Amino acid sequence: MQVPAHFEYERATSVDHALALLAKWGSEARVVAGGHSLIPMMKLRLARPEALVDINDLEELAYVRLDGDALAVGAMTRHADLLASPLVGEHYPIFHEAERVIADPVVRNRGTVGGSLCQADPSEDLSAAFAAVGAAAVIRGPDGTRQVPVREFHTGPYETVVAPGELLVEVVVPVRPGGWRDPVQGAQRRDRFEAATGGISERSERGWQGPGGGSAYEKVERRVGDWAVAAAGAAVWLDGDTIGDAGIGLTAVGAAHFHAPEAERFLRGSPATDAVLAEAGRIAAEHCEPVADQRGPADYKKHLAGELTTRALARAVKRARGEA
Amino acid sequence: MKITVTVNGDERTADVEPRLLLVHFLRDTLGLTGTHWGCDTSNCGVCVVWLDGKPVKSCTVLAVMADGHTVRTVEGLADGATLDPVQQGFVRCHGLQCGFCTPGMMMTARWLLDHNPDPSEDEIREAISGQACRCTGYENIVRSVRWAASHEREVAPR
Repeated sequence: MQVPAHFEYERATSVDHALALLAKWGSEARVVAGGHSLIPMMKLRLARPEALVDINDLEELAYVRLDGDALAVGAMTRHADLLASPLVGEHYPIFHEAERVIADPVVRNRGTVGGSLCQADPSEDLSAAFAAVGAAAVIRGPDGTRQVPVREFHTGPYETVVAPGELLVEVVVPVRPGGWRDPVQGAQRRDRFEAATGGISERSERGWQGPGGGSAYEKVERRVGDWAVAAAGAAVWLDGDTIGDAGIGLTAVGAAHFHAPEAERFLRGSPATDAVLAEAGRIAAEHCEPVADQRGPADYKKHLAGELTTRALARAVKRARGEA
Repeated sequence: MKITVTVNGDERTADVEPRLLLVHFLRDTLGLTGTHWGCDTSNCGVCVVWLDGKPVKSCTVLAVMADGHTVRTVEGLADGATLDPVQQGFVRCHGLQCGFCTPGMMMTARWLLDHNPDPSEDEIREAISGQACRCTGYENIVRSVRWAASHEREVAPR
C-alpha cells in the first residue's frame, strides 16, 4: 500500500490566497493541481512536501480563450478540456494530437496543463508542444506577474523557473496568420482550405486563420497511455512555398528545453520540400542526447527523434497549405 | 482534518489525515467497498469513481481534495432495487469474469452513455482505455455497454 508521508493540507480559494499560502510555507510547500504526477511521487516518497496548496477550486484559472493575438490557456485547464476545445483545434491542432496520446481519458479528466508543465517530466508531451509553437508561461508571484518563454521554462528534469512562492497561472500561444503576402495565391489557398473544411476558417472572431500556419504532433508509445518512447511536435508558417518560420519541440529524447533550435534555423527560408523536412529531422536528431531505458535503446530513440520530427513537419506543412 | 463529502447524494463527514487517499476513504472510512483498490499507480482504473460528475482514479486523489465536493460510486448506480442499464448490460452480456475491474468499468461506461448515448465500439474502447480487465474480457465489456446503450430507454428511469 502506497501512502504519502505526512503533510499539511491547505486549500486556496483564489490566486491571491494561493500566493499567500505559498508565502506562508515557503520552499517546503508544493502546489497540487490535478495531482496525477505529484501524488504518485508522494506515494513513492520521491516527493515529501511539508505542505500541499490545493488550487483545484480556482475555476478562474480554467479557461481556453482568444486574448487579442494569442490563445490563452489557464493553468487549471484539464487535459480533457484542452482536447475538447474547438478553439484549440482551429488554431493549433498540435495540442489535440498531443492530448489524444497523453495518459488516458480518465486521467485527462483530472490532470492539468499547468501541472504538466510544472512537473517538468522529461517525457512530458505538452512541454514539447508548447515549445514548438513558441508559447510563453505567465507566472504570478508576490511581486507581480512575469512572462517566460516555454523554451526557457524548464531548467532541468523536474525543475522549472517557477520559484517558491510563485504560481504558473497561464500559458499564452501567439496566433499568427502565416504568410499570405501574395493576394491571388492566398485567396486560392483560402478557397481550397474552406472547401476542404466546410468554411471552418470563418469561425474565428479575428477573421480566418487557417492556411499559412500549420502544426502537428507525432508520438511513439509502447502501449496506450504510456509515456513517449519519443515524440516530436512541429509548427510551420509558410510564405508562399518557402518556410517563413518553424518551431520544433521534442520530448523524451534529451533535447535541451524540449526544443530543436538548430533544425528550426535550417528550416527558416528553405523551400518546404520533402528533402528539406528530412534534413531538418536529421539535424534535430543529431542534437538529441537520449538515454537508454526500459522504453528503448538510445540509438533507436535518436532515430525516432529524426523520423517523428520529419513526419510532424510534413503534416504541419500540409495543414499550412490547407491540404490536411 | 474534518471533511464533508457528498457521496451518492448523502453528506458524509469524517475526520481524516490529509494523506488519506479517496479510495481508502470510500472503502475503509465509509465502508463503501464497491470501489476497488488495484494498482495504486493510476494505471489500472479499478478505483474509478465520479468526482463532481467526472470519472477519476480515486487512488490518485486525496480524500481532503473531495471536501465540499460530490462523489458517485458504484453503490450509487442502481435506483433502489432497479439496476442501472449499464449494470443490467454487464449481467446479460457476461461483462464480468472475476469482477475486479467491473465497478470502475461501469462508472466510466455510465459517464460515456450520459454524454454519448450511442457510442461505437471504438468509442467505448477509447473510453475504457485507461482501465485494465485482468481477465482480458474486453469483448464482453464492450458488448455490455452496447447493450445498455440500445436498451437505455426500455428500463425504469434512473
